[in-house]
Amino acid sequence: MSVRETRPGSTGGADVPDPLYGGPDDDYTPEQLAAMRRDELDRLGARYDGVEIVHVEPGPEPGSSLEKRAVRQVGLAFTLAGVFAFLFVVVYVGSGWFLPDWHWLITEKGWSALFTPLLGLFMGLSLGLLGIGLVLFTKKLLPHETAVQDKHDGSHFDRVTAGAQLVETFHNSGLARRKVITRSLLFLGGGVGLMLIMPLGGLIKNPNKGNPLGTTPWADGVRLVRNDGTPIRPGDQEPGSLETVFPAVPAGNSVHHADAATMLIRLRPEQLAADRPRTGQEDFGYGDYVAYSKICTHAGCPVSLYEQETSRILCPCHQSQFDVTQGAKPVFGPATRALPQLPIGVDDEGFFVARSDYIEAVGPTYWNRERI
Amino acid sequence: MARTATAPGAPTTKLGKTAYELDDRLILSPWLRRTMNKVYPDHWSFLLGEIALYSFLILLLSGTYLTFFFDASMREVVYGGSYAPLRGVEMSAAYDSALTLSFDVRGGLFMRQLHHWAALLFVAAIVVHLLRIFFTGAFRRPRETNWIIGVVMMVLALLMGVTGYSLPDDLLSGTGLRIISAILLSVPVIGTWAHFAVFNGDYVGEQIIGRFYIAHVLLIPAILLALIGLHLLILVKQKHTQFPGAGRTEHNVVGTRLFPTFAAKATGLIFVVFGICALLGGLVQINPIWLWGPYNPAQVSAASQPDWYIGFLDGSTRLFPPWDINFPGDYTIPALFWPTVVVAGAMFTVLGLYPMIERKLTGDTAKHHLLQRPRDVPVRTALGAMGLTFYLMLMLSGGNDVIADKFDISLNAMTWVGRIGVIILPPIAYAVTYRICLGLQMHDREVLEHGIETGVIRRLPTGEFIEVHQPLGPVDAHGHGQLSYGGAPVPKRMNQVGGARRAIRGFFRPIEEPVDVELEQQRESRGVAAAESERELTPSGRPADGGRPQEPRH
Repeated sequence: MSVRETRPGSTGGADVPDPLYGGPDDDYTPEQLAAMRRDELDRLGARYDGVEIVHVEPGPEPGSSLEKRAVRQVGLAFTLAGVFAFLFVVVYVGSGWFLPDWHWLITEKGWSALFTPLLGLFMGLSLGLLGIGLVLFTKKLLPHETAVQDKHDGSHFDRVTAGAQLVETFHNSGLARRKVITRSLLFLGGGVGLMLIMPLGGLIKNPNKGNPLGTTPWADGVRLVRNDGTPIRPGDQEPGSLETVFPAVPAGNSVHHADAATMLIRLRPEQLAADRPRTGQEDFGYGDYVAYSKICTHAGCPVSLYEQETSRILCPCHQSQFDVTQGAKPVFGPATRALPQLPIGVDDEGFFVARSDYIEAVGPTYWNRERI
Repeated sequence: MARTATAPGAPTTKLGKTAYELDDRLILSPWLRRTMNKVYPDHWSFLLGEIALYSFLILLLSGTYLTFFFDASMREVVYGGSYAPLRGVEMSAAYDSALTLSFDVRGGLFMRQLHHWAALLFVAAIVVHLLRIFFTGAFRRPRETNWIIGVVMMVLALLMGVTGYSLPDDLLSGTGLRIISAILLSVPVIGTWAHFAVFNGDYVGEQIIGRFYIAHVLLIPAILLALIGLHLLILVKQKHTQFPGAGRTEHNVVGTRLFPTFAAKATGLIFVVFGICALLGGLVQINPIWLWGPYNPAQVSAASQPDWYIGFLDGSTRLFPPWDINFPGDYTIPALFWPTVVVAGAMFTVLGLYPMIERKLTGDTAKHHLLQRPRDVPVRTALGAMGLTFYLMLMLSGGNDVIADKFDISLNAMTWVGRIGVIILPPIAYAVTYRICLGLQMHDREVLEHGIETGVIRRLPTGEFIEVHQPLGPVDAHGHGQLSYGGAPVPKRMNQVGGARRAIRGFFRPIEEPVDVELEQQRESRGVAAAESERELTPSGRPADGGRPQEPRH
């Protein structure tokens, strides 16, 4: 291999590997390796990696009934895995072709209701059996070996030499002495860091501008309308009933006005007799009608379950309970504040209207809510 | 073989030559041999982390498929797909595309359900893997780093779940979003600012689905992938822990090499996990979004619950008392802040720092590669049981309305059960677990000292009845065993020490000769068969000792 290099760029000397080259190749000549059996080579390589094979339990005797059974089992698992894989393909491709249509209608009990379950069943069985076949093959047919590998902790030599290189470089750089460089680097680092996170400022929006948290579309004269947009007269509801109403503004019942939903409740005479509105809000109701925000003051879910026997409204998310005869104050659960009450009246045409927006912020509590 | 003088053992087959050429260029063989020779200890509990890894793989594959059809937009559209009950209903493009995926994409519903099931399995596997690491002390030095990475990945997995199930924009996911919004608002001082930064304004706005989408499909998975890589790299570098046992020390790993045994089993496990997810995804309906309808902030369905892994936060939120903290100047820390941000933050912080806490408290700063049995570390095990009880109580309370409904119990009673339960049950769990650990420890020592109970009752000449015990090793003059406890399981039944022959294999008919099995067992150095081959038989063919347990042979 030692050829005299005369091409440009070469050193001109003999281009042979220096003594570090080679490693294990110096320990074993090709002839020695060629003379070794495969399993010997395997163990030799393992020993080189710090692994000793201490025990090998051979697989079943070739030709024994034990082996035949294991082979049958593995073969069966693999075959069935293939069968189910093809069945998956047949169901996937064939539905709507030579099999009935796969489009599922909720009322239908036929093939389309079986389509998804069959896909899952066939893919699950196919892949599962493939996995089981592999495990069976490993457990029943491969030799079981017990190997031991050495575990090395970090080497002192490596630490000392690597550390020396780092410290030496730092020392040579003179950064400890050349303060101007370190200080200007620190300054620059801070500046560049800040600069790079600045674009995130695009995410920041001032929540206190325009007071979006504290207001809803409700305002003086805005009609209370049902889900379908129809206005409500005082005679429309049975005593003891609850109806969810929305402001009669465009998209009043939509995600655009997520805090607008209001419950219009007609109290029964007994409830009306027991009604204790919050101070200052005694005239917010209209006759035997009261209107409260539907948005829970705890986590913002719509409070929905009205048990008129006990006058309680339950929030299904965290089970806060509010008493409509006590100004919708929380009587159980994690909510801390009463549901805000909407002041209502009746317009010239005899339909319910709001007399103003809610006088406090609707929905979950936050840090400066009381100030809005 | 046509050997040449210069290259004996050079490859002669086509495949061999190709491999040789490849290695000549890429120098793969040293790395390949080292990898294939790496020894992995064999224990079922070491597969839990693998299950998490494989479910993540399924999530990546199925999730990528879903992105071909999903439109993460809150633009309003009118549904016109093949699901009749919702035709003509206004909804977001996100919900519309999720419905189209479920009803009008061939196999789309299967893929969506597969993805959801794999997600549940992913988090479950992470949690069980974490419990295994915790209770066996696998997090001790030098593995604290990997423990912290693991805890961070678990939190990311929860975030993956939350951002994922919020995407379809159906009534259930919208309710979840509303609560996320309230939790953000509840953070003191910066709550409203944080909310406006995330939602781009007041709830609900038009951005949040798109933002959650990019977090769900790019940001969090990318971080998770990087952390998984790091987790595995550190694991390979530090090598596996192992349970104590014969020949196992702090300085070795006993098991099987990667190739072929471990690789084959792991590949098998991948397909089994895949198969189970596929079975669930096809056969077991999950999150039928078409039944919930599009999101409307004025609507909610009863028993709106998050996926199981967020249940504990729902529970803590239900249980926490209505305690707003008011400051002068009309500032408030909402009650919602404590059971969500603080409880979750505290739980994950304590969990993440546990290795350091334990190191500090026990003063144990040594390196450990051998695992502990939970019974041998009663304080840690009891602490773990305490934490688990707390967690399970919260999770149970996350479904307390369903329990109240199904078992006809008062809802308010269930809330009080939870409130009292989270306080008094964890200490009880601690005490009980601690005692159980001590009891198990004592029983191990008792068996080592006195031997295994054989169930054979003997009457002594004095009339006293005694039970015959089988010692596990050499005994001293008083008949007490001299083996000391080594942190490995102690056999407790005669069958575990060869008190019975193994069954002859075969399902319909025996596939082994009984004589061969008998001979094979006699060759082993323990068990009845081995003992009998050395026994003297009486002329009538019965053993001279009457078949009673004997001193073990040393």
